[in-house]
Amino acid sequence: MARPALAIDERVGKDGQRELRLSGDWTLTALPAPVAALQATLREHAARRPVWDLTDVARLDSAGAVLLWQAWGRRWPEALTATAEQRAILERAAALPPSAEFSRGRGTRAQQRLDWLSWPLIVVGTLLFKAVRNLREVVTLIGQLVLDLGYLFAHPRDIPWREFSATLYKSGALALPVTALVGFLIGIVLSYLSSLQLKTFGADIYIVNLLGISIIRELGPVIVAVLVAGRSGSAMTAQIGVMRVTEEIDALATMGISRTLRLVLPKVLALAVTMPLLVVWCAAAGIIGGMVSANVEMGLAYGFFIDTLPRVVPVANVWIGIGKGFLFGFLIALIACHFGLKVRPNTESLSARTTSSVVTAITVVIIVDAIFAVLTRGVGMPV
Amino acid sequence: MTPVIQLRGIVTRFGRTVIHDGIDLDVESGQILCLVGGSGSGKTTLLREIVGLLEPSAGEVRLFGERVLDPDPRVRRDVRRRFGMLFQHGALFSALSVFDNIAFPLRELRLLDEDTIRDLVYMKLAMVELGPDHARLMPAELSGGMVKRVALARALSLEPELLVLDEPTAGLDPDLADNFVHLIGTLQRQLGFSVVMVTHDLDTLAGLATRVAVLAERRIIVCCSPAEVLNVDHPFIHSFFCSEHARAVMKRKTSPSADQ
Repeated sequence: MARPALAIDERVGKDGQRELRLSGDWTLTALPAPVAALQATLREHAARRPVWDLTDVARLDSAGAVLLWQAWGRRWPEALTATAEQRAILERAAALPPSAEFSRGRGTRAQQRLDWLSWPLIVVGTLLFKAVRNLREVVTLIGQLVLDLGYLFAHPRDIPWREFSATLYKSGALALPVTALVGFLIGIVLSYLSSLQLKTFGADIYIVNLLGISIIRELGPVIVAVLVAGRSGSAMTAQIGVMRVTEEIDALATMGISRTLRLVLPKVLALAVTMPLLVVWCAAAGIIGGMVSANVEMGLAYGFFIDTLPRVVPVANVWIGIGKGFLFGFLIALIACHFGLKVRPNTESLSARTTSSVVTAITVVIIVDAIFAVLTRGVGMPV
Repeated sequence: MTPVIQLRGIVTRFGRTVIHDGIDLDVESGQILCLVGGSGSGKTTLLREIVGLLEPSAGEVRLFGERVLDPDPRVRRDVRRRFGMLFQHGALFSALSVFDNIAFPLRELRLLDEDTIRDLVYMKLAMVELGPDHARLMPAELSGGMVKRVALARALSLEPELLVLDEPTAGLDPDLADNFVHLIGTLQRQLGFSVVMVTHDLDTLAGLATRVAVLAERRIIVCCSPAEVLNVDHPFIHSFFCSEHARAVMKRKTSPSADQ
C-alpha cells in the first residue's frame, strides 16, 4: 500500500525569515530507509532557525516527534505552528529526561574493562568465589538431605516412593538401550585397537585382562556417568528450574511439603541406586563388544574368553566399579538438583544453570574418579 | 476505507469438535471491539486466528486488507508490524530488562539508531505511566500490574494501528484494573488505534468497548453497541449481562452522563 511520504518544504519570506513546512506522514512506518540522512537534513534546517509549520503533517507519532525533538536540540524551537494534537505528542518527547540521566553508571563499567592489569585477577577471583559458594551450598544441601533422611526414619509413611520409582524408571530403565549401545561400541573399538598392539608382541590372550580391568573398573562407570549426567542430570536441573520459574516450588512450600524431601532426596537416592546397575549393564555390554571384536580380529574363542575373564580380573574390580557408580550417581543428582534450585525465574538463567549442571557434574565425576584411582591403587590388581 | 479486521467464513475444528462455524466480522478503524462468550466458546482461539498464530480450518482473516497468513513472508511481516498484541500474562522476554523488552521490536526494524530507540522507549514508558528508573528492572522483579504496563508499552512500540488484547485486566485487582482500562482508553483516544479484546470482566467491557461481539453456539450471535446488546434476547446474554451487578455496571459506565 502506498503511503504519503513525508516531505520538507522550505520557503524564504520577504523579510529573510525562513519557513519550513512539513507534510505527509511523520510516522515510524513511513520513515525513509536511512533515518540518519533525514536526521542530518532536519538538523541542518534547524540550525537556520526557521519557522516550523507542522499543520500539513497528516500523521505524527512518537517516532516522528522524537526525530523532530532531537533535531531541535531537545528544546522547543523559537517559532512553531502545530495543532493541539501534535503539540500533545511533542510534549511527550519534551517530557523525556535529558539524555545525561540515562547514561549514568555506564562510565564506571567501561573504566573497569579498561583496567587490563586487574582483569585476570577479577576473573579468577570471581570464579573462585563462585566455586566456594557453590561448594558451601552443596554441603548445605547434603546436610539438609541427611536431616530429611533422619526424618524419614522416624516417619516411614512420608517416604516419597512414587518420585523415587519414577526417577528409577526415567533415568534407569529408559537409559538401558543407549548405555548398552555405547558400551558395546566402546568395547569393540578398545578391543580392536588393543589387539593390533598385542598381536605384534604375540600377547593375544592378554586382551582379556586388558578389557576386563579397563572396562569394569574405569570405562564403565565413567561412560555411564557422562551419559547419565547429560541425560538425567540436565533433565533434573531443567525440571526443578522450570518449577522455580512457574512458582511450583513455592506452591509446594505453601502446602507444607519440603522441596528437598519431595524433589531432591528421591532423585539423589534413586540415581545412587540406578547408576551401579547401569554400570554393570554397560560394562557387560562393553565386555561382549570386546569379545566379539577379539573373536573377529584374532580368532579368540568365546568360551576361552568367558573362562579366562574371572581368573584374570579379581572380583574387587567389580565392587570398585559398583562403588564408583553409586558415588557418581549420588554426585550427579546432587549437582543437578543444586543448580536446579539456583535457577532464577528467567529463561537465560535456566539455560545457564542447565549448562553448569552438566559441565560441573562431568568435571566432578572425573576428578572423583582420579581420586578413586589413587586411593584404590593397591586393590584389585592381578598379582 | 478497508476495515481493520475482516473475518470471512471462519471455521475452526479441533479433531471432531467444531469451535467456530462460519464467523463473519468486520472491525472499522477506531473501534474498540470486545469479544465475549462463555468459557470454551473459542474467544481466545478466534483472537489467535486474528493475529495469525493459528490457522482456521476454513475461511480467511484479513488485517488492513491483507491476509494475515499470506504466502509471501514480506506481506506477513509487514502486516504483523502494524498491530501490537498484549498477551494475558504479558509474555515479556524474561531474559531481557524492561528497557530491552520495549526496545526489541524497534531494534528488529533495523532502521533507528540507539539514541532514537532510547528516546522512544522512555516515551513509551512514560505513556504507560512508568518512570525511567523502571527501565533497568527485569520482568521477574515487576508486580502484576507493572508487567501489564510494560507489555502494553512493548505492544505500542511500533505505533500499531490495531491493538489486540487478551484478557487485559485478568489477574489485576479492581483498582489496578480500572487504572489500566483508563490508560488504554486514554491512549486509544490520543493515538487513535483500533482495539480488539477478549475479556470476562464487565467493568473492562463497559469502560472501553464501543462494540460488543457475543460468541455463542459457534458463531457471533450479535455484534452491536454495549447499550444495544442488553436488549438482545439470548440465554447467554441474559446470564452474562443481566445479573443485578452486571446491569448496574453497564448502566453506570455506558450512560453518557457518567462521562462527566
